[in-house]
This record gives sequence, structure tokens and C-alpha cells, in this order.
Amino acid sequence: MTDLSRDIAARVQVGFEKGSPIDIGGAGTKSFLGRPSPTATTLDVTGHRGIIEYDPAELILVARAGTPLQEIEDTLDSRQQMLGFEPPFSAQGATLGGAVAAGLAGPRRAYSGAVRDFILGASFINGKGEIITSGGKVMKNVAGFDLFRPMAGAMGTLGVLLKAALRIVPRPEAEETLLHEENDETTALEKMNRWALQTQAISAAAWDGENIRIRLSGSSAGIAHGEVQIGGEKLTESDYWNDLNNFRLEFFKQQGRLWRIALAPMSGPIGMNSPQLIDWGGAQRWLMSDEPADDIRARVAHLGGHASCYSDDPAVPTFQPLQGDLLALNQRLKAALDPAGILNPGRLDPKL
Amino acid sequence: MSRAKPNSDPLIQQLRSVLPDSCIVSDPASMKPYECDGLSGYRQMPRVVVLPTTVEQVQAVMKACQASKTPVVPRGAGTSLSGGAMPHKNGVVLSVNRLNRILDIDGQNRCATLQPGVRNLQISDAVEHLGLYYAPDPSSQIACTIGGNVAENAGGVHCLKYGLTVHNILQVKIVTLNGDLVTLGSTAPDSPGNDLLALMMGSEGMLGIVVEVVVRLLPRPPLARVLMAAFDDIEKAGNAVANVIASGVIPAGFEMMDRAAITAAEDFVRAGYPADAEAILLCEVDGTEQEVNAQLDRVKALLDKAGATQISLAKDENERILFWSGRKNAFPAVGRISPDYYCMDGTIPRKEIGNVLTRISAMADKYGLGVANVFHAGDGNLHPLILYDANKPGDFVKAEEFGGEILDLCVAVGGTITGEHGVGVEKIDRMCVQFDEATLAQFLAVREAFDPDGLLNPDKAVPTLARCAEFNAMHVHHGKLPHPELERF
Ligand SMILES: Cc1cc2nc3c(=O)[nH]c(=O)nc-3n(C[C@H](O)[C@H](O)[C@H](O)COP(=O)(O)OP(=O)(O)OC[C@H]3O[C@@H](n4cnc5c(N)ncnc54)[C@H](O)[C@@H]3O)c2cc1C
Repeated sequence: MTDLSRDIAARVQVGFEKGSPIDIGGAGTKSFLGRPSPTATTLDVTGHRGIIEYDPAELILVARAGTPLQEIEDTLDSRQQMLGFEPPFSAQGATLGGAVAAGLAGPRRAYSGAVRDFILGASFINGKGEIITSGGKVMKNVAGFDLFRPMAGAMGTLGVLLKAALRIVPRPEAEETLLHEENDETTALEKMNRWALQTQAISAAAWDGENIRIRLSGSSAGIAHGEVQIGGEKLTESDYWNDLNNFRLEFFKQQGRLWRIALAPMSGPIGMNSPQLIDWGGAQRWLMSDEPADDIRARVAHLGGHASCYSDDPAVPTFQPLQGDLLALNQRLKAALDPAGILNPGRLDPKL
Repeated sequence: MSRAKPNSDPLIQQLRSVLPDSCIVSDPASMKPYECDGLSGYRQMPRVVVLPTTVEQVQAVMKACQASKTPVVPRGAGTSLSGGAMPHKNGVVLSVNRLNRILDIDGQNRCATLQPGVRNLQISDAVEHLGLYYAPDPSSQIACTIGGNVAENAGGVHCLKYGLTVHNILQVKIVTLNGDLVTLGSTAPDSPGNDLLALMMGSEGMLGIVVEVVVRLLPRPPLARVLMAAFDDIEKAGNAVANVIASGVIPAGFEMMDRAAITAAEDFVRAGYPADAEAILLCEVDGTEQEVNAQLDRVKALLDKAGATQISLAKDENERILFWSGRKNAFPAVGRISPDYYCMDGTIPRKEIGNVLTRISAMADKYGLGVANVFHAGDGNLHPLILYDANKPGDFVKAEEFGGEILDLCVAVGGTITGEHGVGVEKIDRMCVQFDEATLAQFLAVREAFDPDGLLNPDKAVPTLARCAEFNAMHVHHGKLPHPELERF
């Protein structure tokens, strides 16, 4: 439990005055996402840690950014509660700040919401070294711009997170996974989306080329209903979703660059002749491919989505580069929060 | 549209070059309906009202306004309760009412593309045949527009389980002040760059004009049932709410009314509420029949334990609608017992409900004004309705002071000055209580990133630092700012 807000702010202030870039360092579990600026010095924020407030009855938890996710998850688990966004890499030491900054969510994402949907408020240090606090710790709050929400997924480019207030969810009474054999991609997409209309109990849906796996979560009554609607074989293996979330399935051990494709769930097949694993009922698709990055990105953009490259290749920007008016607006927002451009420059987009 | 005399305002001349005459309203009689929004205590006639019918026209108006440094106030249905859509005296009111078409319904991807003037309830009606609906349901849903919902991040009775506007929008297109048309978000689960879509939610018309919205649709739950529980003590009812949520049940809706609101609603619609209760709770659960029954059993036991004097389950769909009718008509019902009312909108931690309601009732005695409470208890979002008479000199000022004290109390117990109605003109000074100077300056800088000239909805939602200095100087008690000790969370 250490509060290092002032020290971190002072460090950023010096960076601002000297115009020297800072690489915000958490536990490093997502170092494959975006590349730090070669001239940046690392600001280790893992010492700024500790759960500040946990009120199970209010379904809220406030913690400093350096707090390990594992500590938060264990605390919640002891009260039959959990994080609603299933972030990866807890076991590897991921911190809350990194989880929010990267905005990665697990299999539950398509059914219960993204990281930003579970943040109620945050404090962060802007690029001038000032402490900014937006949002709060109540469920509904429309006072002021919701600056805390874009912190999720900004990869630290808009501010150094100090603490976040999270909306917590009750842990489902029960959970189980159903398996359906299915070889056809279009049929698999159709089934996963049809079932999502028939039961509220689905908390994950994936297709690996041979099988559809559906996770049901909720009350025993809800799960029983889901089973009737969906059918299929009940699975006993319990680690599938965790392994998927943490890139531990055999799929991820294949040769090739790993691509993450985000699409509207019922967008048809991407049509690339590469190994593919579909998650989020079709909205997130993993692709192992050495095809040229521009080809993959163009094909996905044509379907209304975007592609990120999760393999370390200096020639390929991790995230789909911004263009035009949207780039200009992002640049102006970055300048409003970080006028000297010192916070994780280039980590989210080469031009930010 | 009749015009008394040809208008020589150069701005209007210029708007005529980019818009057909039928899209311009400039005579005082026709502009009168735009003078205020749902917060009718604040009024201002605009310079001109425009009603564009295409996105290109919106872009042209914005360019013209930027060139002439003219303020622009976006407007949907004008149901805002915070004066967000109140005109600027030198400015243009840009109404999106004629951009009111449903552009696409995609049942497979469970989303719909709408122009900003589409009314909230219209969405659910249009997709009912697909077994889908749009979840956020503000009580004003017959009238309010999806563009206004985005601008206010509107909530509703079912937001407890299904989320606010921010959780149910996939993409918006905005026109910025320089006339650019920019797409934020996408139908994919996320999009490249920063989450500007999230930033647009609740931005009260200050960052851009929303010209298109893609909403997420949800499958209609097979069954919904509602329980009504009566209490002889308001604190007991407040604690019951906290206990149910703490137990892990997330009701689809969880509303509370106090005695004044119950009486008014009963007199108006005869919803079957017990007249002698100090408070009632309406708790709706939804899902499959088995799920609903299991949840009802749990909720009943918890309410019983919390000291409910009566628990009634609506026996069928008719009675369910009847129970809700009292809640849904509570505002007009209160309107019948008092010449005017002033609706507040703070949010507090649920465990503070009982305490805060008791203190509000003490304040009512102090100010000599009545108050009725009807609100989204499950989210801790209060709506005290302060009863006053606009024709009585000094009454509105008293009501405003009373309201201000309620909001300060909400902040003091760890909450916020507005849960869903927005800051607008009404609560702009209270922003100085809730936020520190660095944060307010940051808000202003973000606004400048979108609108360097500060022409979009000026003087609303985010106060200037000079304004706060003035406000705080007036509100210093014994040399101290209100609640300097408070870390906001
Ligand atoms: C009886 C009653 C009950 C209500 N109940 C609820 C409730 O349960 N929950 C709730 O959240 N609210 C409620 N409200 C408040 C109000 O209905 C909401 O804030 C609603 O979202 C406003 O929508 P509107 O179309 O009327 O917008 P307006 O009132 O016209 O405008 C609201 C704000 O949005 C801006 N704006 C409007 N359209 C656009 C656009 N296209 N682009 C950019 N900015 C725009 C305006 O400038 C203004 O700042 C209630 C109001 C009334 C009168």
C-alpha cells in the first residue's frame, strides 16, 4: 500500500519541462502491444499499489494502478465477486493500470462489456504532471467529460493512470461449457449468433475450425434453459477459456504472425487461407498468417473491421494506423492531454 | 412560415445561401417553442433556428458559423432537464428534428443505424418484430431523440441491468465545428485510436453535432415480473435496496417512491400503491420463467427481512403495467399537486439512500418547500422533486438554493451532482464543487481540441476557471471551500 502519486507527478513534470519521452512501465505483460519510443526512459509505476476501497455491497472497488490484478481478483473472489471484463495475464503479474491502458478483455467481452464499460472513474497524471480526476465511484455520473473512459485502450498515451474505480459484478452461481462439432465457418457464425438471441446465459462463444464451444454462466435455472436451447456435449475441461484468454492454446503455438481481427460478429468469413480461431461469437478472430500486413488490413477494413498485429515485427505497426480527420482529431486530443507528446509516444499509433 | 419583416441579419443571409428557406426559422413567433427546454425556468430567444434535412447541410451550417464566430446550440426534442438545449442569444439553434429516419436495421448483427432525430421509443418499436429492443429507456422516451440521448448519456429504469447509453452505442458520426464529418467507433467491438466514442457520450453538445448513431440491440427477455414492496420507514426501504444489490441479484429495474410521490401517483393513476406506506419499491426481474421465479424468491426473502410491511407480486402483465404506470406518471402526477416542481438528479452510494432522504426532508422543513422523491434506487440515482410556485416571488430562488444544498450533500457522501440529466446551464456552478481546478482546465482543453473557438453550446456544462473563482468566493464558509477535505473517490 504505497501512494506514489506525488513522486510520479514530479517525474512527469520534469519530462514535460525537458521534453523527454517517458515509457510508462507496469509489469510488462503486454510489451508486445505497440513499441516504446527508443529514446524514452522508463517510469516504473508498479510501486504505486494497493486496494484503496472495496465495498462488496456497493459493487465497487478502487485501487491504485500498480496493484496486481491477481490481488484484486483474489480479494473479489473471497466475496463471490469478480471483474466483469476478464482481463488476461493476471497469473503473469499484470497490473490494474496496464489492464486498463491496454483495454484487453477476455471471452466474456461480447456478452458483458469492454474494459471501459466497467470503469466508473479514474485519476491520472496528464502530460504536464497534473493530477486529473474524472468520473467517480457511483453507477451513474454525467458531470464533466468522461476522460476516464478513453484511458482504456489508450496504451498510456493520454495519461499515467494513478487509480481507477471499477464496477464489480457478482460471480455467477454456476458455469459450464457445451461443445458442438462444426466444420463450416459460416454455419458456426450463424449458430453462435442465433443462440445469443435464444439465451441470456451465454458468456463466451468460440470456434476453432472443428468445434464450437459455448460457455454458459448464471443461475442454475438460467444454465438449464441455455442447455435446452443449445444442446451439445457438456465439457469437463475447465481451463479452455482461461487458456484462450492467455494465449496458451495449441493454436497460438503455430508458425506465423498472430493477428487480432475485430469485426461485427456476423461479418462473413475473412477468406484467408490461414489458421483461424474465432472468439466473441465472431467479433474477435485470431489469425496466424505471414501474408503481407497491408493485404490483411485491407481485407478486414473492407468488411468494416480492423486488424492488430500481436507479433513483434518492427516493420508492422501493431494497431491499424489512423488516417485523415480521425487522425487529426486523435492528435488534437493527445495534445490537449499531453502537450509535449512525452507519454508513451508512438505506442498506440506512429503519429500519436 | 410567416415572417413579419424581411430579415436583414447578415448571418441569416448567409444561412440562406447554404440552406433552403424552408429550413430556416427566424420570426419570433415561430422561434418561441425553442426558447427553452424541459427546464423551463431558464429561457432565451435564439437569433435563428435551422432545421437541416441532410448531413451536408449540417456541415455547411457549421462552416458558416465557424467563419462568422457564431455560437451553435444543438437541439433534439428539447426534453433536457438541465437547460442543455437552451438557446444562446447570439446563436443558431441547430435542430436535428428533420434528420429523423431509421437508416438500417441489421437483425443479424443486432444493431440499427439511425439519424439523430429518431425518437428513443421508435427504435424498439421498429425492431420488435425481430424480438429485439433498444435497452436504455429514459422516462421521456416517447419524445427524446437518440442524438439527445448520446449527448446526455441518458439512463432509464432498465439501465441497472442493461447499461446506460454509453454501453449501448456502437458508432456515431459527428460533424465538428469546422464542418468535418468524422466516424467514431464501429460495428466491430472496438476501433483504432483513442476511444473518442466514449468521450462523445454525455458531452452535452459541446464536441460535435451527432448526425448518425448505430445502436446495439438486445434480445427481448422472454418474461418480466415486478414486485411492489411497501415500508413504514424510508431508511428501511433504502437499506432494502442496498441489501438486494449486495446479495448478487441485479434486477432489471429497481425504483423507489416516497410518501409524497406515492400519494400524488395514486391520486392520478390509481396504480394500487398502499396509501399508508412511507416508501415503496418496485423491483422488476426478467429472464426465463425459471430464472424469474428463482430471483423473485430471493428478492422476496430479502425484502421481507428488511422489514417490508407488504409485498405484492403483479399477478399478470396488466397488473405489471399498472404498477409501473404509477412510477412512469410520477412526474406529471406531482405536477398536479404543485404549480411547479424542480427536478434534481444527484447520484449517491446506495448505502446512503436512507440517510440522504432523511436529510433532504429536514432541508424541506428549513426551506418551507415540499419535496417528493421518485427515483432509480438500484443505481442510487435520486430525483427529488422540489415543489414551488413560480408565481410566488422568491419561491424559485428558494427552490434553487434547496436544490444546490441537495447536490452539495450528494458530493459530500461520495456521489455526483448529476446521474443522467446533465449539467447544462443549471448545475454549471456546482461543477466547481465537484471538480478541482486542474481537472476543469483539462476539460476545457479537451473541448478546445474539438472546438478551438468554443462556439458549440457555449457557457454550459463546463465552467471557466474565472466563473468558479467567483462562485467559490461567494460560497466560502468560514474561510473554507465546500468539502476541501474530500478526495472525490
Ligand atoms: C418527463 C421527463 C422525464 C425524463 N426522464 C429521464 C430519464 O429517465 N433518464 C434520463 O437520462 N433523462 C431523462 N429526461 C431528460 C431528457 O429526456 C434526456 O436528457 C434526453 O436524452 C434529452 O434528449 P432530447 O432529444 O430531448 O435532447 P435535447 O433536450 O434537445 O438536448 C439535450 C442536450 O443534447 C444536445 N444535443 C441534442 N441533440 C444533439 C445532437 N444531435 N448532437 C449533439 N448534441 C445534441 C443539446 O445541445 C443539449 O445539450 C427526462 C426528461 C423529461 C422531460
